[in-house]
Amino acid sequence: MTWDPRPAPEVNPETERYWQAAADGELLVRECLDCGLVYHYPRSRCPDCFGENVEWRETSGRGEVYSYSATRTMSGWPEEDLPLVLAYVELDAGPRTMTNVDADPDDVEIGTRVEARFVDVADSDIAVPVFVPVEN
Amino acid sequence: MTATEPVYVAGAFEHPTREAPDRSTMQLHAEVAAGALDDAGLEKDDVDGYLTAGVPEYEAGLTPLIMADYLGLDPSYADTTDAGGSSYISHVGHAVSAIRDGRCDVALVTLAGRPRSRGQATGSGAREVRSFQDSFERIYGATNVGMYGMAAKRHMHEHGTTSQQLAEIRVAASQHAQYNEHAMYQEPVTVDDVVESRTVADPLHLLDCCVISDGGGAVIVVSEDVRSELDRNCVEVLGFGEAVGHHEAGRIDLTRTAAERSGTRAFEAAGLGPEHIDYASIYDSFTITVLEAIEDLGFCEKGAGGSFVEGGTLRAPDGELPFNTDGGGLCSNHPANRGGMTKVIEAVRQLRGETNPEVQVDADIALAHGTGGSIGTRHGAATVVLGGEDR
Repeated sequence: MTWDPRPAPEVNPETERYWQAAADGELLVRECLDCGLVYHYPRSRCPDCFGENVEWRETSGRGEVYSYSATRTMSGWPEEDLPLVLAYVELDAGPRTMTNVDADPDDVEIGTRVEARFVDVADSDIAVPVFVPVEN
Repeated sequence: MTATEPVYVAGAFEHPTREAPDRSTMQLHAEVAAGALDDAGLEKDDVDGYLTAGVPEYEAGLTPLIMADYLGLDPSYADTTDAGGSSYISHVGHAVSAIRDGRCDVALVTLAGRPRSRGQATGSGAREVRSFQDSFERIYGATNVGMYGMAAKRHMHEHGTTSQQLAEIRVAASQHAQYNEHAMYQEPVTVDDVVESRTVADPLHLLDCCVISDGGGAVIVVSEDVRSELDRNCVEVLGFGEAVGHHEAGRIDLTRTAAERSGTRAFEAAGLGPEHIDYASIYDSFTITVLEAIEDLGFCEKGAGGSFVEGGTLRAPDGELPFNTDGGGLCSNHPANRGGMTKVIEAVRQLRGETNPEVQVDADIALAHGTGGSIGTRHGAATVVLGGEDR
């Protein structure tokens, strides 16, 4: 399965590495070497201290569900992707990231441990991170 | 002109339509402008300030230009702040500042839109990736109701809030809407009706969601000099505050909104507190939007909103905090998917003693609060405190 026909991310110079790393199975976050903030979504300047001394940091791809909401019908969304679980996952690396949990909604709760999976975007060198429940 | 010169809402008009397939959106802007001017007893040529968030279905931009051109205005002050549904409460505050700065004396604020005629359905949303952040949000199927659903789920998790408590908010709004002949849904509903309605994005049901309606509204904000020449009962703007809530770089808290800050700022400017509010218009895109705002504005402790709304607290005229006596966005009207305007208008009606008699509150001080955008990503919060003429 590929990400299509779901909407594909727009890749720009500030975010290209994030999407390409996903295609290599890595979930990246940004870390500010000046103030220590680990943040998401990626930006070239730290949104706390506004410093430019910012690096990419690999994560374990693991975290837990901070919140979620399941939608059973959604016009224009691929049938095989319903019900759709929209979620915020709080990464073990720190930041909360909006995503999908690819699971039956009955198997998802706040606090459920999850791990990143990466879905390729057709005709490109990028992939989109989603999450699946894992054992503790 | 001074920073404390009294400034007033002199005119307010809500378009009676809820479905307008036979009109253009620009036409609705003109109709509500005419209605508000007529209400104030002013003419179009008196207008020297103009504010709007724009015409959502037109992406051409240049909003102040296309609107001044269409309406035939010559404004010395124009403001097209767009913070979603909270914009029109921000516009009232911005108009006050512009008047106090001497940049205008009669500020016209208009809202119009036709999402219903354009076929928008609850739970749907644009799929296109347009903003920088869409690539991290909308690609995952993030709809407004899905994001507010996540907020409700987290609020329930942290504070034990229930679907039945959220339903109390819809029930109160529906009790008020039965007296509003223009409301989209005039039939009172019960808690069971709400929790047994179809789940749109859990835990939110269809009746936890606002209506999708065409329409619009306008208000006129004027200086003391202008008010003194008018025969109309005018409402004084006592305080205003606004704020932005967002991801905070990955630390988003879905249980809190920027109403904490906009409310504090508005109350400080007015020299008043939540205990002084006789009537509140609170933005109600979803029931959870109301619940979080009630807590963040200080009407109860954080997390206590669920028990606060039980037992008819929000019901006019006798509840502790009568709210949205027009039926609000949940039952009456949410024109252009931007309900801030109707929040101001109903607060003005209350303070003038002109709302539907069954829900008229003995109100001297009212509050109108807007939540624009999404508390699931980034949102504007704007709060205005208003005072009646004979308070």
